[in-house]
Amino acid sequence: MTDDKDVLRDVWFGRIPTCFTLYQDEITEREAEPYYLLLPRISYLTLVTDKVKKHFQKVMRQEDISEIWFEYEGTPLKWHYPIGLLFDLLASSSALPWNITVHFKGFPEKDLLHCPSKDAIEAHFMSCVKEADALKHKSQVINEMQKKDHKQLWMGLHNDRFDQFWAINRKLMEYPAEENGFRYIPFRIYQTTTERPFIQKLFRPVATDGQLHTLGDLLKEVCPSAVAPEDGEKKNQVMIHGIEPMLETPLQWLSEHLSYPDNFLHISIIPQPVD
Amino acid sequence: MPSSALWAVDLFGRVHVLSTAGQSWELCRDTQLEFKRVSAATQCCWGLACDHQVYVRVRASAVPIRRQEEAYENQRWNPVGGFCDKLLPSDRWPWSDVSGLQPRLLDGVALPSPHWEWESDWHVDENFGGEPTEKGGWTYAIDFPATYTRDKKWNSCVRRRRWLRYRRYKSRDTWAKIPPKDDPQQLPDPFNDLSVGGWEITDEPVGHLSLWAVSLQGKVWYREDISHTNPEGSSWSLVDTPGEAVQISCGPHDLLWVTLWEGQALVREGISRNDPKGSSWSVVEPPTSENGIMHVSVGVAVVWAVTKDRKVWFRRGVSSHSPCGTSWMEMVGEMMMVDVGLNDQVWGIGYEDRAVYFRQGVTPSELSGKTWKAIVASQECDRSHCGSNSSLLSAGCFFGDEVRGSGESCAPSDTDASSEAERPGPDQPVPAESLDSPRNPECSSASGPGTSKTSEHATEGTSLAGQTSGPEPQPSQASTPAELPWTNIDLKEPKKAPGQGTAGLPDTASLCSLGLLPLGLDEPCSTGDHLLWAWVSGGGCAVEAHTVLKWFTVQSGLSPSVQALALSITPAQTAAWRTQIFQQLTERTRRELENFRHYEQAVEQSVWVKTGVLQWWCDWKPHKWVDVRVALEQFTGHDGARDGILFVYYVVHEEKKYLHVFLNEVTALVPVLSEAKHSFALYTPERTRQRWPVRLAAATEQDMNDWLALLNLSCCESWKVHGRPSVQAIWSTTCKGDIFVSEPSPDLEASEHLLPCDQMFWRQMGGHLRVVEAGGQGVVWGIGYDGTAWVYTGGYGGGCFQGLASSTSNVYAQSDVKSICIYENQRWNPVTGYTSRGLPTDRYMWSDASGLQECTKAGTKPPSLQWAWVSDWSVDFSVPGGADQEGWQYASDFPSSYHGYKTMRDFVRRRRWARKCKLVTSGPWLEVAPIALRDVSVIPESPGVSGRGHSIALWAVSDKGDVLCRLGVSELNPAGSSWLHVGTDQPFASVSVGGCHQVWAVARDGSAFYRGSVSPSQPAGDCWYHIPSPPKQRLKQVSVGQTSVYAVDENENLWYRQGVMPSYPQGSGWEHVSNNVRRVSVGPLDQVWVIANKVQGSHSLSRGTVCHRTGVRPLEPKGQGWDYGIGGGWDHICVRANATRAPRSASQERAGKQGLPNGPSLAAGAPREARGPVCC
Repeated sequence: MTDDKDVLRDVWFGRIPTCFTLYQDEITEREAEPYYLLLPRISYLTLVTDKVKKHFQKVMRQEDISEIWFEYEGTPLKWHYPIGLLFDLLASSSALPWNITVHFKGFPEKDLLHCPSKDAIEAHFMSCVKEADALKHKSQVINEMQKKDHKQLWMGLHNDRFDQFWAINRKLMEYPAEENGFRYIPFRIYQTTTERPFIQKLFRPVATDGQLHTLGDLLKEVCPSAVAPEDGEKKNQVMIHGIEPMLETPLQWLSEHLSYPDNFLHISIIPQPVD
Repeated sequence: MPSSALWAVDLFGRVHVLSTAGQSWELCRDTQLEFKRVSAATQCCWGLACDHQVYVRVRASAVPIRRQEEAYENQRWNPVGGFCDKLLPSDRWPWSDVSGLQPRLLDGVALPSPHWEWESDWHVDENFGGEPTEKGGWTYAIDFPATYTRDKKWNSCVRRRRWLRYRRYKSRDTWAKIPPKDDPQQLPDPFNDLSVGGWEITDEPVGHLSLWAVSLQGKVWYREDISHTNPEGSSWSLVDTPGEAVQISCGPHDLLWVTLWEGQALVREGISRNDPKGSSWSVVEPPTSENGIMHVSVGVAVVWAVTKDRKVWFRRGVSSHSPCGTSWMEMVGEMMMVDVGLNDQVWGIGYEDRAVYFRQGVTPSELSGKTWKAIVASQECDRSHCGSNSSLLSAGCFFGDEVRGSGESCAPSDTDASSEAERPGPDQPVPAESLDSPRNPECSSASGPGTSKTSEHATEGTSLAGQTSGPEPQPSQASTPAELPWTNIDLKEPKKAPGQGTAGLPDTASLCSLGLLPLGLDEPCSTGDHLLWAWVSGGGCAVEAHTVLKWFTVQSGLSPSVQALALSITPAQTAAWRTQIFQQLTERTRRELENFRHYEQAVEQSVWVKTGVLQWWCDWKPHKWVDVRVALEQFTGHDGARDGILFVYYVVHEEKKYLHVFLNEVTALVPVLSEAKHSFALYTPERTRQRWPVRLAAATEQDMNDWLALLNLSCCESWKVHGRPSVQAIWSTTCKGDIFVSEPSPDLEASEHLLPCDQMFWRQMGGHLRVVEAGGQGVVWGIGYDGTAWVYTGGYGGGCFQGLASSTSNVYAQSDVKSICIYENQRWNPVTGYTSRGLPTDRYMWSDASGLQECTKAGTKPPSLQWAWVSDWSVDFSVPGGADQEGWQYASDFPSSYHGYKTMRDFVRRRRWARKCKLVTSGPWLEVAPIALRDVSVIPESPGVSGRGHSIALWAVSDKGDVLCRLGVSELNPAGSSWLHVGTDQPFASVSVGGCHQVWAVARDGSAFYRGSVSPSQPAGDCWYHIPSPPKQRLKQVSVGQTSVYAVDENENLWYRQGVMPSYPQGSGWEHVSNNVRRVSVGPLDQVWVIANKVQGSHSLSRGTVCHRTGVRPLEPKGQGWDYGIGGGWDHICVRANATRAPRSASQERAGKQGLPNGPSLAAGAPREARGPVCC
């Protein structure tokens, strides 16, 4: 029998094979070879691409190097979205490896946030964790933690250490026995088809009659366009971590098992690919 | 904690029961009786009916209430006819009692009341003091009264034999009338009130109860001799009172209060173990003179009263020593009556609304509680069957919707009123009801996972309800479920009940269909919206601080806890959505990784270090705790394998040193909790041989748990052990009740290159048990220190293992109770007699058993912070050697053997005091209520025998010594369904079921028994064959493997049964194997493992060590020597599930898939077909 705990490992150790190519207009001293890497789905682009940066900088002149940014098929990739989310949202239907273009010039100020250092990633990550706990436990759990616990969460992600991370993160996933779940489920729903970056609302894991809310319940309430009518043709895929959970899946379970390290469920709604 | 019951009487005289696990009142439907009052104990409920007769309703149990009747047949030899029943005129009766003074003809022995029946006919007892007799059970002597012997001698002039017959109490789960006290000289004086209590006064006889009653004329009566085996008691005796009594209340212990017509209360003094009726009365004045006491109720250390103005009063300062207390304290609320139940919890009936109220917040430190809370549980439909746990629990979930209708009106739900308000505002699109087709009102209780299937199923349920009209289907539904509460809900066999879920469906569906049943039938029972109550009794209702009660909210659909339960057990594990997530993740990994494994990882694996400050029990003398810095370095190798090293840095003679332990060498991490230190012991093979583990202590419990959890996780990672233990796992427990499990390597039972058992890795499981027994197909049972039976749920973790080290589901709360004993020692001196002033050389006057440690009542703490006291100190009379009326045991001097009576030569005496403490933890265990066990045995996994189709044989001995056989045990339902009682002539102590259903048992008199004709089709066999014990030894435990039978006696000798053959399974004799053995476990390969005492290591001596018999072969089943494993401090081992042998078997493949260490690659090694056991 597989245990639910295995899901956490599968989610943590999800990897996306990626091919980084330098943008054609970048000026190089010699030809830049593509660079192949397995990116952790749960991490952030700028956190895990030191090697990429080093690789391409070797063929470039110092004065041509400014802040690195990434782009896929014309879309600048937001470093503050988890890698798995970016892939699911933009590239899940394309062939592997994922081809990402590397830029050192022309930072798209209106699309991307600057990422001056890893402290910026840490600050962003921790603010997400705190926001999620505000939703789940009125911030009680995160506030009771010590500074070193916060650090351990971050270092766990930074060093890709599952145990280190989960030794602390499990406390964020607990809830009082008399409740049947968190206060609210921290989730964000992303769609490529809308202007809005994402949908985020207050949604409880348990209905007033004691029933557990499901993924389907959530979508019907906050993003009805994503779900197909009963008899209608399925138009969209609802994807988390590269998989499509059934709409009957309890939302509380999803939140405990398929959340990203920032404690949010990042759900991608993407058009059903036509074969 | 099993569910228990609150009893109450409504205004119409109907008796209702509310389970602590349930949510609605269940009617005790029985004849035409109407009751005025009830008074409940755990095992029975006494009632006073409107005909003023007293009734008792004894709870049904698988173990019958059984009494032995005996008679002696006496004969004398005469030269003409040999032995015959012609006795001398001076002799005793030919048929007599044991003393010979009373005639006792077999036909003259009558049943005491119509509530008893004979179990079988009279038969001769062939067992004489543990030895079988020949020649029809006759024992011989020179003359009456004399010492009888087994053998006939030349001077044996008389002989006698014992005839036995058993009677059973048959009126269980029904109101049995107690014959009225007919005194022809007096006018009838019917009863007006009664109260039962006194179950904590004494353990002797088992199940003693004190029943007190008050008659209309104001007299107080006591019912004599009520006990487990005499549930009706024998006679009424009058207890004189100084006034006219109207009402009486008897507490569990020695409190007894009576209210008088004049409004005062009478308090009984002098109630004790030796005098349960007490000796004298004291008067307590009412709180105010104008309003006398109308009603009083007492607990262990509390008294509550209601005065004539309906005010409620709490008596301050009440205790065993001061039964009258000191003063009254007025409480809020107006009540008709109040009742104190178990744990001094309080219920009342409101004066205004006639509702039942529960006093919330009653704890040992705050006995007066906080507030009254109304119980809004609604009324349940009629149920012919009530009082047993199973049906009570099921009440909460089967009738979800019926309750909705009737319950909502009577009380507003106080669940989460704010939730509505906090929902997203009206601008959010609300899902249209029409989209949500399965959510019609009938089905809302279960429209969770698997919606479409659920609705289909619900329709089936409706049609079923439509077809069968009338109340018939309900009792059948109620009685079908097996005995275990959780089997009712989840593991129910689908064929048994119509309209229930088929195997693959999420079981919520079947609940839903059941929930529909009462829809058409609820009119007859919902006569009033809510019931009006007249009386309540909590004497059988165990509510504790952590008990979650569902009495205070209106049931809406499926109650959350039932839902949680339903989700957590197997069927939900196979829910479609979960399976799909598992499959998709596997598929995703394949898709995204398989062809790209050669890519570089973005994040290099690094070393992670956790450091901290601990204390270390240093290796050199004098041993003491020294402060050390500790660092755990974890690193990942190139192959992804993980390992770690634990460094302990210490300073000796101002020189910095360290010791280090590779985590892949750690074989066990054992928490050693004491009242002072939070420490743990870390074993490696070398440390095991030294009998000197690395002992580390943390400053706080939290700190220790963090370290222990981390080290455990890392060790399990190193040993590649995770998930649930395999079905072959070896289970053991320590003397602290900790549970350890080890995955057997195939080399463990190899004939050559045997894996030394000190290299086994032991991983801790959550929970607290004294005994764990595993057997075939993953059936694992445990017994707690309090005798509670537990079944393994397939989870792992719990206890201090949280998060990753624990399975998400199948871990439940568990509690255990044990007694802590101290000794009071006294020395006699000629002036004052026995005093607590000893000689200067004497032991402490309050000490432990050895006398070496001082243990005072005040200074003795529970064993660790996990434990909390739940009782006060009391004298323990059940000591080996016996005790006098005050519990004293006498001896000539201190370290000596004690006896229970005083002689001229006795100069010292001692008595044992016991205090109960309780631990609450969690683990992958579910309680198998309600019978407490002493021993349990599961048929071992037989190599090559699938055993499917039949239920798995499981035998047990109850705490009272009854032998029981569990029915319906299977891989899918390891808890089984019900107990089958196997009759014995005396209490038993141990039982073991081995290969080919050989059942051996040991009786309390130390002799062994073999059970004949046990087979899958006849699971309980037919009769016992008496096997004498080894000469001058009393056996205490037996274990049967595939063919080998081993037993351990009270002097710690290990015996092998010779000559056991298929044609003669009883064998021919006992052969001594070893001494210093405390417990033995023989496995399906006839492997022999024991817990041995006194194993000498290089550093220290250990008690309680796991040992493995080496050189056991088919032709040499006794083996040759011992291999020493983990210990000391181990108490129990069970290797009976381990049939792991060389060629890979199906079960090993299964284990391999779970990533367990004995995966296929390991299992394929070591050819060992040669040592197959001889099959019988």
